[in-house]
Amino acid sequence: MITLVDYNAGNLTSVRRALTHLGIPSQISADPEVVRRADKIIFPGVGAAGAAMRTLRERGLDAALKEAFAKGTPILGICIGCQIILEHSEEDDAECLGLLAGKTVRFRPKLPSPLTPLPAGEEDSCSGVRERLKIPHMGWNAVTVIQPHPLLAHLRPGDELYFVHSYYPQPADPAHIYAVSDYGGEFPVAIGKDNLFAVQFHAEKSGAVGLRVLENFSEQ
Amino acid sequence: MLSKRIIACLDVRDGKLAKSVKFVDTQDIGDPVVKAREYYEAGIDELVFYDITASSENRGILLEVVSRVAEQVFIPFSVGGGLRTVEDCHRVLLAGAEKVNVNSAAVKNPGLIAEASKAFGAQAVVLSMDVLRVSPSPSIPSGYEIVIHGGRIRTGLDAIEWARRGEELGAGEMVVNSIDADGTKEGYELTLTRRIAEAVSVPVIASGGGGHPAHLYDALTEGKADAALVASMLHYGEYTVAQIKEYLAGRGIKVRRMNAK
Repeated sequence: MITLVDYNAGNLTSVRRALTHLGIPSQISADPEVVRRADKIIFPGVGAAGAAMRTLRERGLDAALKEAFAKGTPILGICIGCQIILEHSEEDDAECLGLLAGKTVRFRPKLPSPLTPLPAGEEDSCSGVRERLKIPHMGWNAVTVIQPHPLLAHLRPGDELYFVHSYYPQPADPAHIYAVSDYGGEFPVAIGKDNLFAVQFHAEKSGAVGLRVLENFSEQ
Repeated sequence: MLSKRIIACLDVRDGKLAKSVKFVDTQDIGDPVVKAREYYEAGIDELVFYDITASSENRGILLEVVSRVAEQVFIPFSVGGGLRTVEDCHRVLLAGAEKVNVNSAAVKNPGLIAEASKAFGAQAVVLSMDVLRVSPSPSIPSGYEIVIHGGRIRTGLDAIEWARRGEELGAGEMVVNSIDADGTKEGYELTLTRRIAEAVSVPVIASGGGGHPAHLYDALTEGKADAALVASMLHYGEYTVAQIKEYLAGRGIKVRRMNAK
């Protein structure tokens, strides 16, 4: 039984529907005791880091997640759940769970403002203007595995997954990075350590390759 | 970098699939859930459902369609048509949609965009606009006017200005639907699409007029769109999702290919 941590952060029901479709038993819970005793935990979420952390603390779920991690419960974080496992987020300047050393940082647009001209030679051939880096990073992007992990074992080069986010996780230790994507430069999209693994993409909304991540998690 | 998205648009009336042609008449062509699942398995990147149900008593049917889709289709999809309040939007999101599309109601009450954006995040709010080509005038300097209620009512709003305003209010994405091009299958309105794409910094989705994969190519290059909406060229089996993507990839457009199962 997989326990989905409920902290009012959005995509819980989408993840639940995906698990149901895959025939994987799951329950949604906001109870720290249930989270402490869980066999496996999915820590999903969309929204802002500050509000997410506030709700986790109000419900006592921050301590429960830390304990579950310490005693070896397999945990899968998704989206915000991939960001607030680090120590700090630039979003809302939020103090986070610190399960993994590092911080969550914002994408920096290549250009300070839409009105700033591009350096010579960087125009695109079609319009004479290079595309600005749009934030949020929203849509399908290729995920490149840089360190094998059982949850990503099925991914083939060029496989794309679905993203919606303005911030990304930056673990302090590069050994904790398993996959990257490219958006105006490479950034980590799958991170982890021991029994903790987390993905920035929406595994529950990324078609067959995304569902397979959830399946791998339930089987590991 | 991000792939360009191909989005299938499903017009839903009384829970059934319809495709409007020039917004005049609609013809029933099947079950939206079956079609949605078919396109999902064929590799579509996203889906949009527009509720064109005339009578308000049948609107509940749409929520059933949305939740049935959400149980079977694991890619993002949005829902629009008849969403007038934040509560309407909330119901659609709870039923399983990622995003809401607001159109006429946002023109009448721009605060809806701001409220929905605040409540659900900008990424969940798509501003959809129907645009008619008119003679440029002091109030419509671009020569593109926003129309509502399926193109029946002119608003006096300039489309470029409205797009900018929509972004300021918190829309995370824009669907630019040309009334002139819609249903013609002669190609998207490239000038309009490009002008809006240059005016805003959120993703722009070209809509109306797609009849050949080359039209998508034009919208994604010359039109500067981030995504293109397709309807009848898919619904009537003229092209498959794979054919459209192969064509675009062959011309150097980055699109998502289905590698793994």
